[in-house]
Amino acid sequence: MSRRSSALRYVVLGIGALAFLFPFYYMVIGSLQAEPDPTPGGAFPDPSNLTLDNYAAIDGRIDLLQGLVNSGIFTGGVILGTVVFGVLAGYALAVLQWRGRGATFALALLVQVVPFQLLMIPLYVLIARDYGLADSYLGMILPFAINSTAVIVFRAYFLQLPRELFDAAAVDGAGDLRTLWSVALPLVRPVLLTVVLITFIGPWNEFLWPFLITKDQSMQPLAVSLANYISNVAASAANPFGAVLAGAVVLAAPAVVLFIVFQRYFTSTNIDSGVKG
Amino acid sequence: MTVVDTGARAGGAAPPPAGRRGRPRDRRRRLLGRNPSGLLFSTPYLAYVLVVFAVPLGFAVWISFHDYFFAAPGADVDRPFVGLDNYTDVLTDPDVRRSFVNIGIFLVINVPLTVVLSLVLATLLNQVVRGRVFLRVSFYVPYVTASVAVVGVWLFLFSGDGLVNEVLGPLAPDPPWLINSFWAMPSIAFFVTWKQLGFYILLYLAALQNVPRELYEAAATDGAGRLRTFRSVTVPAVRPATVLVVLLSTIIGANLFTEPYLLTGGGGPNGASASPVLIMYQRGIEQGTPGVAAAIGVVLVLLVLLVAWLQRRFVGGGES
Repeated sequence: MSRRSSALRYVVLGIGALAFLFPFYYMVIGSLQAEPDPTPGGAFPDPSNLTLDNYAAIDGRIDLLQGLVNSGIFTGGVILGTVVFGVLAGYALAVLQWRGRGATFALALLVQVVPFQLLMIPLYVLIARDYGLADSYLGMILPFAINSTAVIVFRAYFLQLPRELFDAAAVDGAGDLRTLWSVALPLVRPVLLTVVLITFIGPWNEFLWPFLITKDQSMQPLAVSLANYISNVAASAANPFGAVLAGAVVLAAPAVVLFIVFQRYFTSTNIDSGVKG
Repeated sequence: MTVVDTGARAGGAAPPPAGRRGRPRDRRRRLLGRNPSGLLFSTPYLAYVLVVFAVPLGFAVWISFHDYFFAAPGADVDRPFVGLDNYTDVLTDPDVRRSFVNIGIFLVINVPLTVVLSLVLATLLNQVVRGRVFLRVSFYVPYVTASVAVVGVWLFLFSGDGLVNEVLGPLAPDPPWLINSFWAMPSIAFFVTWKQLGFYILLYLAALQNVPRELYEAAATDGAGRLRTFRSVTVPAVRPATVLVVLLSTIIGANLFTEPYLLTGGGGPNGASASPVLIMYQRGIEQGTPGVAAAIGVVLVLLVLLVAWLQRRFVGGGES
């Protein structure tokens, strides 16, 4: 009975894993096929039908390297802002005693309720029109540069550190910034990595905002230029699906590799302590 | 920073130093708190909230009551107050109404499917030991991948002579999924469920770690079977997580844009899969009527708040 139900468990989980992974396998296979083969046999292609031509084709239409660089700058800027300002505010909320602390924490909770769709139009008007930041990295990064969730997560982790540590540092004459840098930060390093990983997903995959703000192709993150290719140009290509899938592999690979390599920083326990914060 | 140092040191266990420097510091401490640097550390965050949330939020509401149009930066143009005109336009526009119905269909499919599948998979994953890391990673791979990338594969899989239709043979819908006015929205709902499921599985896994073992032992002593245990122990124990999953999937679903824009070529066929945010983009930026778009945004947010409140009442079961 127990062995049979255990086998059943693995069958269900296996079907789940297959459903999640097969489209990725199919993405890679499809990107390598010279001729698109949508039949079931096409999922297990003849090696002679494999080619890297699709990668050359998509690279000819959208500059893949430039797209990756733009995605990298956009993502890096957002991560930097999220971590630096999140740590500072989180530390201030958890450790320091100052007037307005309670109000700031309440504000951080409240801000999370405001959905992006409501801010989309005014942010577009302000950033692209009034500030003239269209087609610039700053304009892309600005709406995501500070993250209230990260502030709350960092606060939760700093609260878990023993109070005596900070008192001892103060007795030793360390300033607040010094205490944060040499006492508190080293102790929350694993969390820092988790926050970096979770933050990475947002800008790397974000489509709507950079799509609104960038019209110049040389400034577009890869997600935007690939989407424009899918919606406008694909119909005119010789093997449109092959080229689209090749672009998709290039866009997906950095995120997938990162999350496989650092999977132990992205577990339920890490997420849990963050969400509960 | 030396000023800050003395403030911090005074905050320690040492008795407050007396002397001539004592009085101004006391005054400052009364005004700003024991560690005024806290305010300094939070200033960037507070300034940011003001510039990127508070101002645009107020501006969104302001735009929605005005006949707003784009002009060159700095140009002084008249943007008259039009009262509720934008809202009347929005509520009588058949395309907008259609998009709200569409997002309703989306949520009715997406939210329950997400809750059931993620809870079942998380529960099973929590019970196995071997292959756990592999399974967990494979479950969240779609979540960490860009929608734009996986949309490419789904277009290929669900096209007229794509793999899915090849496998289904005569059962395949005609016209195919993404250009079929009945199936377009459900296809998007399935896609988003598949894409986001890994994140909700992680949330449920976290919640499952906190279910007391004694509950399961008590259920076993009472002779409860697996299904019975799942229904009577697991489901009630993870209810706070369920409330969170329902809320998050509703909010994320209401933001739907990328999928109808790319998967069904701009909300096609004939607006059958247009989402409110897609209409906001078309009205506000393509057609240059931000007032109407802002009004759609306000209506959408009010509806989401209403739905979230209803969900909390019925799913939340009065707790948490």
